Amino acid sequence: MVKLLDKPARIPGGLHLDAHKRESLRQPLQAAPVPELLTVPLSQHIGAPAEALVKPGDRVGKGQPIARASGYVSAPVHAPTSGTVTDVGDFPVPHPSGLSAPCVRIHSDGEDRWFEEPAGIDNPFSLDPAVIRHRVRAAGIVGLGGAGFPTSVKLNAGPERRVELLVINAAECEPYISCDEALMCARPLEVMQGIRIVAHALQAEQVVIGIEDNMPDAMHCLQKALEACGDDSIHIAAVPTLYPAGGEKQLIYALTGEEVPSQGLPIDIGVVCHNVGTVAAVYRAVVAGEPLISRVVTVSGGGITDPRNLEVRIGTPIETLIEACGGYTPEVDRLLMGGPMMGFSLLSDSLPVIKTTNCLLATSAEETPPPQPALPCIRCGKCSEVCPARLLPQQLYWYARARDFDKVQDYSLFDCIECGCCAHVCPSHIPLVQYYRYAKTEIWDMERQRRKSDLARRRHEFRLERLEREKRELEARRAKAKKALDRPKAGNADAKKAEIEAALARVKARKAGQAGADAAGAEQEKN
Amino acid sequence: MLTAILAIGILAAAFGVLLGFASVRFRVESDPIVDQIDALLPQTQCGQCGYAGCRPYAEAIAAGEADINQCPPGGEATIQALADLLGVDPKPLNAEHGEHGEKKVAFIHEELCIGCTLCIQACPVDAILGAAKQMHTVIAEECTGCELCVPPCPVDCIEMVPVKTDISTWKWPYPEATDQHRLVANG
Repeated sequence: MVKLLDKPARIPGGLHLDAHKRESLRQPLQAAPVPELLTVPLSQHIGAPAEALVKPGDRVGKGQPIARASGYVSAPVHAPTSGTVTDVGDFPVPHPSGLSAPCVRIHSDGEDRWFEEPAGIDNPFSLDPAVIRHRVRAAGIVGLGGAGFPTSVKLNAGPERRVELLVINAAECEPYISCDEALMCARPLEVMQGIRIVAHALQAEQVVIGIEDNMPDAMHCLQKALEACGDDSIHIAAVPTLYPAGGEKQLIYALTGEEVPSQGLPIDIGVVCHNVGTVAAVYRAVVAGEPLISRVVTVSGGGITDPRNLEVRIGTPIETLIEACGGYTPEVDRLLMGGPMMGFSLLSDSLPVIKTTNCLLATSAEETPPPQPALPCIRCGKCSEVCPARLLPQQLYWYARARDFDKVQDYSLFDCIECGCCAHVCPSHIPLVQYYRYAKTEIWDMERQRRKSDLARRRHEFRLERLEREKRELEARRAKAKKALDRPKAGNADAKKAEIEAALARVKARKAGQAGADAAGAEQEKN
Repeated sequence: MLTAILAIGILAAAFGVLLGFASVRFRVESDPIVDQIDALLPQTQCGQCGYAGCRPYAEAIAAGEADINQCPPGGEATIQALADLLGVDPKPLNAEHGEHGEKKVAFIHEELCIGCTLCIQACPVDAILGAAKQMHTVIAEECTGCELCVPPCPVDCIEMVPVKTDISTWKWPYPEATDQHRLVANG
């Protein structure tokens, strides 16, 4: 049984970083303008990309499904506003690769009219968990904390599993990002009801909201909402502010003192973790019947004139949001999606916001200085001191650099959460996380190749077997035909005659039988 | 003296029997070397190595008849893996057998296809779908890019197209090894 600690524990490793959250929280949460042209990628989640349901020229209403989930681990996509589909094809998407991916482009008609008025439900707690899961799946909800894993899958613990603890991740630990805090302050009741719905869907025994202790306003709002709900099964726990306390496994450790097994999932120890933004989306999907067509995005950094949090329609170009925040300052240097530690650079501000865009960071050269040239590792060991997963970053580095992919897995590469603490403290400025990401994608690729070659081997072996069988059958047929040809020659004339007569008799008998059957059939039909 | 010889002799006989029994009773079916070699080959079944497929090549390597550098689709990575497995020195790819190029899959221009089934007969992994006088098409997921279907086509309607990298198959690049350059410069 998982027990909550009275006082949250300190996670291993981690860093104290300047929060920089005040800048974007000075302004209240506002709705961003709906742009004229929206580009909605079909793959905004982990799992199989959605399949487009619309074609150019189609008129769509707000909330209309424009792509359907193509597997269990997949999520549908909905039109963020009403308008006309102009294109269905590959467009650049926000991704570290800078590649293009299938998208639906919608030209807004400015009416913002619903496809069909959302049908709400008054009492979600009387619903069967399967109904809630279905509604969440149909609404296209994915983890809004950043990973984008389809939420309906995470709402199904499995028949054998009991959810002892539901952890709501409100510990927004990465600097600059404040979208969850803004949401909790602006709509605490929605968040709280969302938590109760998710807890009901999972039949969770205990619920805890893990929030960093540097967010007193959000904590106060949640406390008030909790009192309004009168639900005493939900606890609010303040975890010490330390990056990356908001990592799923780190937060669970901080709250319960228990570790999720290596390469395991929280459910292995009876815990399920959902982000606050996700539960608010669940509330909207279940109670208001609205699909996921918008999210809260932090627009911040020294390169932004007036940083703030915005409620943004999915598919809105980033430049629209920058404009809504007063544009760039002269100091702007880089544009990142995500925070300064785990985010990635964007090459253009015409890319769209997707479901997993929590933050857009336009930084000045001072905030994110260009990477300094890497020096040789001096084996100082600082990286292992700060690693929140208790790995040995230095060993991982050596083996990843040497492309020794077996060894790097022996050192639990896949338990690395890519938080960037090791690279941040490295006195030699070695881009450690880049080495780990390189090794991870290489290993995945090798795995893909291996599966493909296994398939090819099976197919080839089957083909050889088939050819062999066909040859055998052909030979057998030939032998039979030869035997049939040989027989009359070998036999005498009498035997031949007898055979012919026997054959004639057989034909006669069959004809007679058929005639009888036909007559019987005709009679039956008459009757 | 005799006692000692007798004692050692009996002990030797007893252990011999014990070991003989154990070798039969606790026999472990070891992974034959051919399977291990075959597992490292890319299974393109292209025959560029001079053998009828990957498994015959693996058998030839195991028998010492073929060298480990005859597989162009596998390239350096396969040669390195084979060298590690067999405990020999890796060597560069033998250019006689071809060059290691980017991964491709066959694509049939369907408006040109006359439905002759020659490519279907050539495909080593049954990745081409079609029937006589019916248009054929390649199951791209199952195509190994062996190019064996290209020469038999009487109307040249098969093209080898490079496999495009998309977001799901994209790989992070190897970080620029600035520290290595520096080491050389300082040294």
